[in-house]
Amino acid sequence: MTSFRLTAGGAVDRDHALNFTFDGKAYKGFAGDTLASALLANDQMLMARSFKYHRPRGVVTAGSAEPNALMTLGIGGRTEPNARATVTELYDGLTAKSQNRWPSLKHDFGAFNSALSPFLGAGFYYKTFMWPGLFWEKLYEPLIRRAAGLGKAVMQADPDRYEKSWAHCDLLVIGAGPTGLMAALAAGRAGARVILADEGFRFGGSLLSEGASIDGRPAAEFAASIVGELSALPNVTLMPRTTVFGWYDDMVFGAVERVQKHVAAPSPDLPMERMWRIIAKQAILATGAEERPLVFGGNDRPGVMTAGAVRTYLNRFGVAAGKRVAIFTNGGSGYRTAADLLAQGIEVAAIVDARAQSNDAAPQDVRVMRGGSVIATKGRLRIDGLIAERSGLDEVIACDALAMSGGWSPIVHLMCQRGAKPVWSEDKQAFMAPDVGGTFAAAGSAAGFDTISVCLRDGAAKARAALKALGRLVGPLDIPDVEGEYDPSFAPLWYVPGAKGKAFVDFQNDVHVGDLGLAQREGFRHIEHTKRYTTAGMATDQGKLGNVNTVGIVAGMRGVSPAEIGTTTFRPFYTPVSFGAMAGTARAEHAAPFRTSPLHGWARKNGAVFVESGLWHRSAWFPQEGEKTWRESVDREVLNVRANAGLCDVSTLGKIEVLGRGAAEFLDRIYSNGVLKLPVSRARYGLMLREDGIVFDDGTVSRLAENRYVITTTTGSASEVLSHMEFAAQTFWPELDVRCVSVTDQWAQMSLAGPKARIIMGRVVQDDISDTSFPFMSAKEVTLRGGLKGRLFRISFSGELAYELAVPAGYGEAVADAIMEAGREEGICAYGVEALNVLRIEKGHVTHSELEGRTTADDVGLGRMMAMQKPDFIGKRLSTRFGLTAADRLQLVGLKPIEADKEIKAGAHLLKDQAKPSLANDQGFVSSACFSPVLGHFIALALLKSGRERYGEKIVVWDGLRGTEVAAEVCSAVFVDPENLKLHL
Amino acid sequence: MASLITCPHCGTRPKEEFSIRGAAGPERPSPTARDEDWHRYVYVRDNPKGRYQEHWHHVAGCRRWLVVDRDNLSHEVFGVTDAAEFERARVAK
Repeated sequence: MTSFRLTAGGAVDRDHALNFTFDGKAYKGFAGDTLASALLANDQMLMARSFKYHRPRGVVTAGSAEPNALMTLGIGGRTEPNARATVTELYDGLTAKSQNRWPSLKHDFGAFNSALSPFLGAGFYYKTFMWPGLFWEKLYEPLIRRAAGLGKAVMQADPDRYEKSWAHCDLLVIGAGPTGLMAALAAGRAGARVILADEGFRFGGSLLSEGASIDGRPAAEFAASIVGELSALPNVTLMPRTTVFGWYDDMVFGAVERVQKHVAAPSPDLPMERMWRIIAKQAILATGAEERPLVFGGNDRPGVMTAGAVRTYLNRFGVAAGKRVAIFTNGGSGYRTAADLLAQGIEVAAIVDARAQSNDAAPQDVRVMRGGSVIATKGRLRIDGLIAERSGLDEVIACDALAMSGGWSPIVHLMCQRGAKPVWSEDKQAFMAPDVGGTFAAAGSAAGFDTISVCLRDGAAKARAALKALGRLVGPLDIPDVEGEYDPSFAPLWYVPGAKGKAFVDFQNDVHVGDLGLAQREGFRHIEHTKRYTTAGMATDQGKLGNVNTVGIVAGMRGVSPAEIGTTTFRPFYTPVSFGAMAGTARAEHAAPFRTSPLHGWARKNGAVFVESGLWHRSAWFPQEGEKTWRESVDREVLNVRANAGLCDVSTLGKIEVLGRGAAEFLDRIYSNGVLKLPVSRARYGLMLREDGIVFDDGTVSRLAENRYVITTTTGSASEVLSHMEFAAQTFWPELDVRCVSVTDQWAQMSLAGPKARIIMGRVVQDDISDTSFPFMSAKEVTLRGGLKGRLFRISFSGELAYELAVPAGYGEAVADAIMEAGREEGICAYGVEALNVLRIEKGHVTHSELEGRTTADDVGLGRMMAMQKPDFIGKRLSTRFGLTAADRLQLVGLKPIEADKEIKAGAHLLKDQAKPSLANDQGFVSSACFSPVLGHFIALALLKSGRERYGEKIVVWDGLRGTEVAAEVCSAVFVDPENLKLHL
Repeated sequence: MASLITCPHCGTRPKEEFSIRGAAGPERPSPTARDEDWHRYVYVRDNPKGRYQEHWHHVAGCRRWLVVDRDNLSHEVFGVTDAAEFERARVAK
């Protein structure tokens, strides 16, 4: 192995070696290296296989636009596919693996695709794998996915933590190169709250890579001194390793901070990554410019990289790209690269300059071929030569690396994410940042300026302007002198004619010039169509490196200006963001609230099985020893409630207090039934409609005092009902003095039901609860034995003598325990929502299975709840409209199987006897069904056409999903105690 | 990711704290209004591009209903009013 590491120079610590592996082989790098620079230093130019053709690929950039050097990092749950080696900070013990190759990177069977490449052009898949239709999903796509691809995700859970945070500032500076550093310094010295974010791990940007000197010091040293001053300013927050990936409405920026991605042993006390939402009053885009590759034959050979990347590896990391480097350029960057290489003693094979003339001067003794071009490269896993051409004369030049420079494109992504398109500049031959208003400005090379000194000045000037817009004054800032900078201007060169072999435009997606031509010929001419047809600009790099060349080449093919072609749409994210960062802490049990009732402990103690109901975990049934099925438990609970007594947790019902002098009037308009005259200490069943006349929710209303009510809602609609009431109070009738407040979580509420309920409750509360003093539908505050105050309601969902007792949530479990104790001799049992459901079906009470968004009050037999004499209530006006009063509407009925042992299931549809199943013959459906232990057979509630006229009719219950048909008799929905004798015991 | 709404009661807050109901323009007709008025109120909404007044609910804040006057294309917010104030002003007109 040859070392390509220089003996001195660069920002790596040669005294601090780091061990890492690549494809299982051990390597050494230094602190300050990226994975890419360390691999290059170890003569590992071959880093990847390409997406489609499996061509050998090396690194092509030294930054975040890298399309080739994608690797899988880490092991187990920490595995991260498609990481760019160029921005991966090296740490001790790093494990990296190449992707998309088998059996190895050097010998990849998939490279067979390269031989097939004449057949694998753009649109190949669309044309070839058209039919038979099912084959695409079952055969072609899985095969293609296996053959062409990127890294693979692992199935293990990510062991690390992620979090989200907000930050606020006067000025956000994005990018910490010469422009960003000066902008932050100017604003920081003026006392503004500044955030300076950069995706890299070391601030300085191009100052770390360029050989210029500033204020008599090397540029990197100058950068370090500015960073030193900034870090001492309390009003400046420095955020290294932080990618600002998106610009959103109202100056909210999204950023991801890689807190410990670079740490060998991550601390469990810190998140791996942190998602930031940064709210900035002003922002400066100081993201610099991207050097364009040149599009010539064989431009993807390992060892071909951008000239800027060659300088960065050389000057920042002390790594030579090769021993004998050739240069192909159309501007000053190539010449500067030659000079920098020579200064480090690296041989420069030649400068091939596409321009016939320029002011750029080559270093002494370096050969320049003006007006020449590279038409092919040679070598297998690494370039070993190139063919240069001038005026028809081909010449082979030996080299082991090739630096290319096709000019520069400002990095304007963020400013284009909210709809504004970049603007083509004929003068700069580049797409420039659009004007997006006064709060976000591009500066430095992101604004098309080229030299370091201009960038330093522009950074300071833009910061001054930003702060001025905030009404702050910024003093003048001395701009240091820069020596030895170069002029990176260039002449446009989109396409190099005469290519032998493929000339790639998009390295990551293996899109070459021929594909772009095919797309034009086949009519996919709009740049968005060209993109989709050829895949140029897709996948993880989103064409950061290739898009501008794509536009330039398509413009050339069509003979128009790139301005006419335009760009594809820019969207967040600038670079890929992990799902971990996006999820933050919202994963596993923290993905949603785990809502438990205040009686959860009581239920668990009594052996409850819980069921999820929305976010709630409700007690469903309470199995006792020997009970093998849920039905056994539920049947026992139901029979025991009907015979003795049971205690059920109803805390999850929504509870809303309604207060104010206008509360009575307000509730009268909210409910369809009359509430205005409800006396204090009385409760009433209440029905709410939507404005379109359909039932919205039901519950109880209790008047606790003249101007104080507590209402209940169904569990699932609690928040919706509160919003609805607030909307009505605030927008329909703002003149009413009324306030609504949710108290669901403040009260534990339990239902004690059964013939022995009064005896048991009497042992718990001090107040007189005899039928005379506390008749059905009473509601008042009571004192429990021991002094605790609670609210007692004599309301019943089960049809039994029943009380609902509400106590402050913290006392719930103790009170429930006391009731169980007080009822032991009476045979009390705990019962869950399953038994509650059976009890209510036996009584024909409706829930949201019946109030399912299509039913009117009359449909479900609650026509008496429509107080049409009231001048107004929500839903009144449209409840009488055509259609809602039709005679053949579905109406609530009961069903019982004609053969007693047959089961009826909810969801089944109803047919007339002898009728064939069809939509036209559909008579309705079963809304709720259960086994009634009281009656000893299944029963059901159903919505049936004109149902109330059809009691006694034989009907077919047809369940197409389960393939069953049961004959049933239509009957009243009330199966048990139709006279309500048990309620009034 | 986020955008910001300035609640007249709570100050500038992220939009995740709010829920959006829809057009604030339609006014609940009187109970005796014509069928056509009620039909329009319940079922018919304009779908304009540009400036629009919407009901937003500060669900995770003060729980007041607000009228947000904004451009639904650019999301430029021109003003946020308490819905009760908005209704009172509408009645006064």
